[in-house]
Amino acid sequence: MADLSCNVAGIKAPNPFWLASAPPTDKLYNVERAFRAGWGGVVWKTLGIDPPIVNVSSRYGAVHYNGQRMMGFNNVELITDRPLEDNLQDIKKIKKDWPDRAVVVSLMVPCTEKDWQFIINKIEDTGCDGVELNFGCPHGMSERGMGSAVGQVPEYIEMVTRWVKECTDLPCLVKLTPNVADICHAANAAKAGGGDGVALINTVNSIVSVDLDLMAPEPTIDGKGSHGGYCGPAVKPIALHMVTEIAKATETKNLPISAIGGISNWRDAAEFIAMGAAGVQVCTAVMHYGFKIVDDMIDGLNNWMDEKGYETLEDFRGIAVPNVTEWQFLNLKYDIKARIDESTCIHCGLCHISCEDASHQAIRIIKENGDRRFEVIDKECVGCNLCMFACPVPDCITMERVDSGTEYQNWTTHENNPMRVEEN
Amino acid sequence: MTTIDVQAGRLSQEQLSENFSDAHPPLNSGNAIVEANRCYFCFDAPCIDACPTAIDIPNFIRKISTGNLKGSARDIFSQNIMGGMCARVCPTETLCEGACVRETQDHQPVRIGELQRYATDSYLETSETFFERAESSGKKIAVVGGGPAGLSCAHRLAVLGHHAVVFEAREKLSGLNEYGIAAYKTVNDFAQREVDFILKIGGIEIRTNQRLGQDVKLEDLRQEFDAVFLSVGLGDVNSLGLESEEIAGVYDAVDTILELRQSVNLAELSVGRRVIVIGGGSTAIDIAVQSKKLGAEDVTLAYRRGPEQMNATWKEQEFAQTNGVRVKHWVAPKSLRSENGHVTGIEFECMELNPEGKLRGTGEFRHMEADVVFKAIGQLLEDSVFSGSEMPAIEGGKINVNLEFETSLPGVWAGGDCVGSGEDLTVQSVEDGKQAALSIHRRLK
Repeated sequence: MADLSCNVAGIKAPNPFWLASAPPTDKLYNVERAFRAGWGGVVWKTLGIDPPIVNVSSRYGAVHYNGQRMMGFNNVELITDRPLEDNLQDIKKIKKDWPDRAVVVSLMVPCTEKDWQFIINKIEDTGCDGVELNFGCPHGMSERGMGSAVGQVPEYIEMVTRWVKECTDLPCLVKLTPNVADICHAANAAKAGGGDGVALINTVNSIVSVDLDLMAPEPTIDGKGSHGGYCGPAVKPIALHMVTEIAKATETKNLPISAIGGISNWRDAAEFIAMGAAGVQVCTAVMHYGFKIVDDMIDGLNNWMDEKGYETLEDFRGIAVPNVTEWQFLNLKYDIKARIDESTCIHCGLCHISCEDASHQAIRIIKENGDRRFEVIDKECVGCNLCMFACPVPDCITMERVDSGTEYQNWTTHENNPMRVEEN
Repeated sequence: MTTIDVQAGRLSQEQLSENFSDAHPPLNSGNAIVEANRCYFCFDAPCIDACPTAIDIPNFIRKISTGNLKGSARDIFSQNIMGGMCARVCPTETLCEGACVRETQDHQPVRIGELQRYATDSYLETSETFFERAESSGKKIAVVGGGPAGLSCAHRLAVLGHHAVVFEAREKLSGLNEYGIAAYKTVNDFAQREVDFILKIGGIEIRTNQRLGQDVKLEDLRQEFDAVFLSVGLGDVNSLGLESEEIAGVYDAVDTILELRQSVNLAELSVGRRVIVIGGGSTAIDIAVQSKKLGAEDVTLAYRRGPEQMNATWKEQEFAQTNGVRVKHWVAPKSLRSENGHVTGIEFECMELNPEGKLRGTGEFRHMEADVVFKAIGQLLEDSVFSGSEMPAIEGGKINVNLEFETSLPGVWAGGDCVGSGEDLTVQSVEDGKQAALSIHRRLK
């Protein structure tokens, strides 16, 4: 059995699976159920200053794809709509009852030092393990100068983070919005302000769909809609990229990361950890299936680590990062070709048509005795992978390496590159 | 004079191997993932309730979809040590798959049985076992009968740190899984591979060729052991109650299924050209289909009531029919016809329900010719197992047990087909054995 315990910027938990700040972490009732199910920690639904915000009815939108529901999900909900004192009581109790689990409190207040000092003072005696500064929400709060309105301006991130660090010793995670051109600026600012780590990504600005009868975006609230925060499995690649950027940048490579964004199972979590995350946060998958999914997350990660011989998360954390390079350093001599397994091919023709219409016309149809089969023309195949992805039969099309495996040349020295560096 | 046509080798070896290959080939990894993703991961899922061993089905399926096959297998085996066999032989259409919400939604339930087989097969290939014995309790328990109930009980006892001694009447363990289930349901000697997996935990001693009432006495076991678990199954068969049932060509289906399962060369087995099977349960289906697969020309399964009353599920009935078995409902055998001491046919009376819903003969008769007749009308507890010992209380032909699987005899538990805990299914027996072991453990503590 591997040791799954994690330490995210000084916040310890028995496993890296935390619930992100969201409806599942809104009150004692849910969080207790979550801890009973095995979650390693929670980031409490964002607290603000009373009076509490109000929410609309009809709050979520979803993208269903090919029969799978909630592949993408968005919301126009705001921070907690419960009075501050109620939340503080709940947090205090949960931490007392579950001392080994991480309880982090998410915060969002107006951009003044006084307000931040006020809220920090309030949460300090709950016994929580840390704070997460919500600089991410892209809707509702941002129009009031909070959330992503702060997260999109590195100077504000640094300033608010500094205010917080000046009035508390609690570990401080800065939650970043992906709605920026370069996430590294935000991460640098968090670090400069004294933040102990970053949490990302918050939701992506989105309109998930338009009701073509009402002619209004969904979710539709009395005939109107608003942009909302997009999350769920669909955003995982965006999150993975941003986490990688931070893990790889010289300035932030040692900055602890709590990864968020479409994480639905242990495999997703392992990918984020391999890309440098110290822990992960989950929301949409729980909103879809409930807290019980953590059973497979813990069990699956454990079994996989045992199989690979990793004893702790640190054994594989960040080890994929050095393999993320710039395009110009990729080996141009590496060459793969599509291979079609005749024995499992069902002759749907998708490999042919995807290549024929959209790639390199490298798969020909051969018709014999009323049957058809498909053949790769090696000299045309550029090894793009498209046919492999279009093929509905798993492992029917694979890519085979055909180069010698010993040669290396990248763009920096290629003859077609006008800016090439002369070798020797 | 009717020509009686019973002979071996009706089909070529190739044809026989094809006929007796896996009736439902396993899923490959691609199909398994697609199928696993059809599961909705229901909350408090109805399929779990429908499983006698309460396997957490949505959880094991989710683990297949995430590639955590080991975790998936553990979820299954921790509830049901014979999860591999059950995946093959359970009538899933009336259990988990019958309860699947996708059955309700669109009559296309998740193929739970096949997914369970996928997960368990992948683990069994590793030759490992999840299970470790608890510290030895120093207690010895006699388990009488090495079928599903007995092995399940012995395994759970071993997990709990007890020493189990299994007394098995036959040469091999696994009971009906080895001797009483159609060959195409469990190919490649699966029953014995499963036994190896179960015994891997250690702490289970096996004594074969030990028949209760003959080689060992219940009285002695009660003296010698801290507890006794009876899982003796049903060793006798019901008879038709007709005159001269002992004539040649009239067999008990269970005997022939046993012979078939133990046969090394199917081409050497004799099979009638025209076969009639009397009965309406799984055994009747198994012998009818196997006769057909051995090359019988006409196989008729004759049942005295309609398709709804059959113990065989609709899927089993359909399987028999698509394999060329004719199912004749509403006929009851009245007399056997024979020539020179060999059966040649059966006289049936047509049956119907009277206005009160009771079965009655219509007075109309049908004659069917046959070279071989199989009786598959149920099995009975064998009285001889208790010879020379005090008998436990019997009710409805089965050993009476309470909710703890205790018999009327102090220190004697019972489970499996020999008690009336539920349907006579492998999965029910596994559950009985498991629950009895837990009960014995509580009592011995």
